[in-house]
Amino acid sequence: MTQEKDLKGYWKKNLQYLSILLSIWFTVSYGFGILLAPWLNNFKMGGFKLGFWFAQQGSIYVFVVLIFIYVYLMNRLDMKFGVNEEDA
Amino acid sequence: MDVQVWTYILVGITFALYIGIAIWSRAGSTSEFYIAEGAVNPLTNGMATAADWMSAASFLSMAGLISFMGYDGTVYLMGWTGGYVLLALLLAPYLRKFGKFTVPDFIGDRYYSNTARTVAVICALIVSFTYVAGQMRGVGLVFSKFLEVDIFWGVIIGMAIVFFYAVLGGMKGITYTQVAQYCVLIFAFMVPAFFISMQLTGSPIPQIGFGSTVTDGSGMYLLDKLDQLHKELGFAEYTSGTKSMQDVFFITVALMVGTAGLPHVIVRFFTVPKVKDARISVGYALIFIAILYTTAPAIAVFARTNLIETVSEQPYEEMPPWFSTWEETALLNWVDKNEDGIINYAPGAAIVGAPDIIRDGLDIRRGANNQVMISNEVTANNNELYVDRDIMVLANPEIAGLPAWVAALVAAGGLAAALSTAAGLLLVISTSVSHDLIKKQFNKDISDKAELRYARIAAAVAVVVAGYFGINPPGFVAQVVAIAFGLAAASFFPAIILGIFYKKMNKQGALAGMIAGLIFTLAYIIYFKIAFPELNIPENWWFGISPEGIGTFGMLINLIVALSVKSFYPDPPEDVQEMVEGIRYPK
Repeated sequence: MTQEKDLKGYWKKNLQYLSILLSIWFTVSYGFGILLAPWLNNFKMGGFKLGFWFAQQGSIYVFVVLIFIYVYLMNRLDMKFGVNEEDA
Repeated sequence: MDVQVWTYILVGITFALYIGIAIWSRAGSTSEFYIAEGAVNPLTNGMATAADWMSAASFLSMAGLISFMGYDGTVYLMGWTGGYVLLALLLAPYLRKFGKFTVPDFIGDRYYSNTARTVAVICALIVSFTYVAGQMRGVGLVFSKFLEVDIFWGVIIGMAIVFFYAVLGGMKGITYTQVAQYCVLIFAFMVPAFFISMQLTGSPIPQIGFGSTVTDGSGMYLLDKLDQLHKELGFAEYTSGTKSMQDVFFITVALMVGTAGLPHVIVRFFTVPKVKDARISVGYALIFIAILYTTAPAIAVFARTNLIETVSEQPYEEMPPWFSTWEETALLNWVDKNEDGIINYAPGAAIVGAPDIIRDGLDIRRGANNQVMISNEVTANNNELYVDRDIMVLANPEIAGLPAWVAALVAAGGLAAALSTAAGLLLVISTSVSHDLIKKQFNKDISDKAELRYARIAAAVAVVVAGYFGINPPGFVAQVVAIAFGLAAASFFPAIILGIFYKKMNKQGALAGMIAGLIFTLAYIIYFKIAFPELNIPENWWFGISPEGIGTFGMLINLIVALSVKSFYPDPPEDVQEMVEGIRYPK
């Protein structure tokens, strides 16, 4: 059934988005904010040491942006595969 | 007008507002009571989620904690926001599609097992009760500090208000009061921050201010100045912290995953009409939360700098009036160890335990410099100053010399934060009992009306129990946050994720995983926090992981056990696998 195939494609694409977005999520928070923070602290942005800034400011901004990117991508994907709720 | 009059006015107005909303949004059916009929606008829900999430701890204690932890405070900042990404990407849309009332509902149906449902109910109850006791305590504290009302009566008043709108209005009442409470709390948090940022750095936006130069003409960056002050006094550099990297890592994971697994947060996303609403609603929620969470580290830096500059190496006699006010509440104290009349501030605890003020009859005993005398044992180090962490937000307006109404606003904001979170938790407790236990297990034919009555009774009982713990907090109340997050991380999160993303996960695997994660995490926390607190030092921890971070380990154990046990038992029935397929697509 073509319907069945489409749904598989939708789920695959969804998982692909998830892995990309979650990699960014991990890199920014655990990478820049914790593991690489001591090294990033050698650089400065205004009065902020960069590692410190990522840990206490930057990561939070990135979290917000990631969610809105996900919303945008998924709404588009819903339309493309015809599973968006407006059609109901 | 003084702070107290302002506080009465502001607290009175906000309480009247909450009660008004409760009467307007009274619930008539279980669907209204549990999930506000699933008809909440996503933006409204985002705001309500933010108020639900930001508790007395976020509002009153967090900036103060960060102020003393420096870089290490990152665990709270990232830990309590990063979970929303997991919530948006991995949980909220699918649970919304599932479309029932509670988290135990999902666990019970997905793992076709009432045992699993019961385990989930027990977890939900432990998590919610430990959390709600802290909120009631917060209410009592605000009342006693600002209105000079006894903690007992403070808690009673708080209980009465929550009782009114949670029991009457259920989720519907709670949602709309939470929107009002968010507005109150964010305004109360931001106003002092704007003022102080302006004073210290000339920039009105705190997020920019704490990375700017100070206004004293030195041209120095504020953070560099604070690092330098820390170095001079012998503290670790503010922007580097003292915790080990693996501990910071593990605590952050535990808090993030715990956030995403907390039932009172998850259930908020059952209240919006559609799957796409659930997704965007998490985004709105995080924006509203981020406003406070990106301001808190700025307040922490401002308060820390102000504190050190005001007190360190200064004669006690020249302290501003707020010093003695807070001394009298035992949240601040100075012990003149070298008897030079000057406040020496250095690392380490100045005294053993919290200040115990000596009284002669009703009068406080005063020392040579008129300081408040305490009976505590004095430590051997050079530090002469005791500062309670909570003081940093409560006293911040006074320390910065702001007008009385700003200080009163902080009181109203603290109450809003505590009440909104308490209400959300009470709802989880009441639905767990009326829906997951009574309706799903004991009396399946119960009418909607009778179920609603049970929900109200359960909410009422929960308010009373929570109030009791608020008045008589168990000695370990400060430690319970670790328990709540650790348990949510080690039990719910893996079970829900596997339930959505791994179609073939069966009930035996999920149950074994949940129980293993739960027991391991509880045992570790109880061992170090309650049974043998004297052993709670990094040398004794497994792999250097503190009890706060052990939930991460519990989560891994849950996953490993679940996946291994799973392979010995048959796949889940066809209809369950179809249900899992179904929740993956919005339509």
